[in-house]
Amino acid sequence: MMLDTGAVAVAATTPGGAWLVAAVMWPLVAVLLAIVAGGRHAARIMLAAMPVGLAVAWVIATRVWTEGQSLTYVVGGWAPPLGIALRADGLSVVMMLTTAIVITGAGLFAHADFAAKPGEPETRGSLVFWTLLIAVWGAMNLVVMSRDLFNLYVALELLTFAAVPLVSLDGRAATLAAALRYLMFALLGSVLYLLGAVLLYGAYGTLDISLLAARVQPEPVAWVAAALMTAGLLAKTALFPLHLWLPPAHAGAPPAASAVLSALVVKGSFVLLVRLWFEVMPSLWSVSATQLIAALGAAAILYGSVLALRQERLKLLIAYSTVAQIGYLFLMFPLAWDPASAQLQGGVALTGGVLQTVSHAFAKAGMFMAAGLIAKSLGHDRIADLAGVGRALPMSLIAFGLAGVSLVGLPPSGGFAAKWLLLSAAVASGQWWWATVLVLGGLLTGGYVMLVLVRAMGSIAEQAEPMMPVARSREAVALAMSLCAVLLGLVALGPVELPALGSAGVTVAAETTQ
Amino acid sequence: MTTVTLFGLCAAALVGLGLYGALTHPQPLRKLIAFNLLGSGVFLLFGVFARRGAWQAVGGDPVPQALVITGIVVAFAATALAVALLLRLHKESGEATLDPPAPAVGCAGRRDP
Repeated sequence: MMLDTGAVAVAATTPGGAWLVAAVMWPLVAVLLAIVAGGRHAARIMLAAMPVGLAVAWVIATRVWTEGQSLTYVVGGWAPPLGIALRADGLSVVMMLTTAIVITGAGLFAHADFAAKPGEPETRGSLVFWTLLIAVWGAMNLVVMSRDLFNLYVALELLTFAAVPLVSLDGRAATLAAALRYLMFALLGSVLYLLGAVLLYGAYGTLDISLLAARVQPEPVAWVAAALMTAGLLAKTALFPLHLWLPPAHAGAPPAASAVLSALVVKGSFVLLVRLWFEVMPSLWSVSATQLIAALGAAAILYGSVLALRQERLKLLIAYSTVAQIGYLFLMFPLAWDPASAQLQGGVALTGGVLQTVSHAFAKAGMFMAAGLIAKSLGHDRIADLAGVGRALPMSLIAFGLAGVSLVGLPPSGGFAAKWLLLSAAVASGQWWWATVLVLGGLLTGGYVMLVLVRAMGSIAEQAEPMMPVARSREAVALAMSLCAVLLGLVALGPVELPALGSAGVTVAAETTQ
Repeated sequence: MTTVTLFGLCAAALVGLGLYGALTHPQPLRKLIAFNLLGSGVFLLFGVFARRGAWQAVGGDPVPQALVITGIVVAFAATALAVALLLRLHKESGEATLDPPAPAVGCAGRRDP
C-alpha cells in the first residue's frame, strides 16, 4: 500500500520533482549559514529556517496526496542505473511530515537551553546543537527519499554523524562513552550495509531500488547481501539484542536531543529496512525469516518493558521503553507475509507498522520533553522521589500521561490504531502468538507508565528542596507532541486515508508497467 | 588464479579480519582500527567488481571507482569523529576504554550499585 512498488520503467523527473531537491538543500544551506555566522546567530537562523522546512514538507505531501502518485527527481538528468533518483512516495511523505513536526517542536523546546543569551559570550554547544538538529532533518529527508543504495549509505552516515555528537553535548565522561559506544555500533552497522550493497552491485550491476527489484533473483549472493544489510540496519535501529548502545545514549543526551534521537534517528534505518524487505526483495524471504525477525521484536518488547519497569531513573525508563517500542515495528513482517504468493505484501500490517513508527515518534518526543522539564524542575529524575510533580507541573505530567496512552495503545491514540491494525492482521492470518505478544507488551507498558504517574501524583508532607519553575511555553510544546500522538488515532482510524494514499501509488505503478 | 580472484580473496580476508577484530576487541581504538580494516576490504571489493565489469564491454566499470572515493571520504570522517570522541573521553576520564559501562547513566541489564 504505502510503497511505490513495481515501477520498472526508467525513472524520469516528474512535475514538482524539484521540491525534493529543495527538501535536501535547505538544511545544508541553513547549516552553512549558521557555521559562517557563528553560535550567536545559530538559533535565530535555524528557527527562521524551520518554517521553510515545514513548508517544503507540506508542499511535497499535498502534491503526492492530491495527485495520488509519487514525485520523482532524477539528479543531474542522469537516469539510473548511472544516476541517482529521488522519489517521495506515501512512506516518504509520512516520514517527512513527522520529521518536520518533531524537529520543529524540539527546536522550540530547546530554545531556552541553547539560544545565545544577550551579553554572554557565544558557546560552542549552541552552534553545535542547532547545526546538528537541522543536519538530522536534512539527513532524514534524504534517507526517506533516495532510491540509490549507495546514496542511502551516505545519507545514513550523515544521520549518524549528526546524531552521535548530540548525545555528548554536555561533554561529561559518561555521555562521551555513550556516544562512542553508539558510534561503534553505528559504524559496524553501516559497513555491513555497504558490504551487502556492493555484493548486490557486483551481482546485478545496479544500486537503484526499482531496477534491483526487477533483477534480484533468489540465489546465494542475494541472500548473503540481504542478511548483511539487514544485520547492519538492525544495529542502527537498535533491535534487541543490538540495543545495548541505546539506553545510555538516549538517556544521557539533553531532553530535546533525546526526543529527536528516540523519535526519528532510529526510524531512519528502519524505513530503509522496510524498503529493502518490501520493495527490493519481497519474494526473497521465507516464513522462517519473517518469524525470526519478529521473534527478535517480541524479545525486544518483553525485555525492554521489563527493564523499563526496573529502572530507578525516569530518562532511562523512557529509553528502555524505546527499546520495547522498536520491537513492535518488527511484528509487521510475518503479518505482511502472503503465503499464496510467497512474498511480503503491503496491507493492513504494513499500515500498522508505519502508524506505529509515526505515533511512537510523537509520543516519545512528548515523553522525553516532559521528563526533561520534570528533571529540570526537581534537579533529579529519580522515579522514587517524583512526589509533588503532579501539583507543580500538571501540564508536563499530562503530556507524559498522554504519550503513555499512545504507547500503551489505548483508544483513540495513534498507538491504539497501530496496535489494533497489527492485532487484526495477526488474528486474520491465524498467528495468535504475535497477538499474545502485543497484548502482553501493552500490559507491561501500562505498568511502567502507571508507575511514574502514581509516584508523580503522590503528595508529600514537606518539600525537601524548592522546585524550579519551568516555562509554560516549553510545557506546551511537550503537550503538543503528545497530543499529536493521541490525535493521530482520530485521523488515521478509520484507516481510510493512509491506505488510500498508498494504493493510489500502486495503481499508478501497475499502469506504467503494462 | 586470475587477479580478480586474488584480489577478491584478499578482500574477503580483510573483511573477515576486520569483523573478527571489531567484535572481539573491547578497546574502542582497536575496534576503530578493525573497522578501518573491514572498510578496506569492502573498498577492495568495489575495485574487484569494477575490474570484473563483465556486463560492460569496456575494460573496467567506472561506477564502483567513483563510489569508492566517496566511501573512503565517509570512512575517514567516521574515523576522525571516533578519534575526536575518544581523545575527549580520555581527557575527561583519564581512560580510553568503554568497560565498565559508564556508571552515571546506568548500564544495560544491571542496576547501579
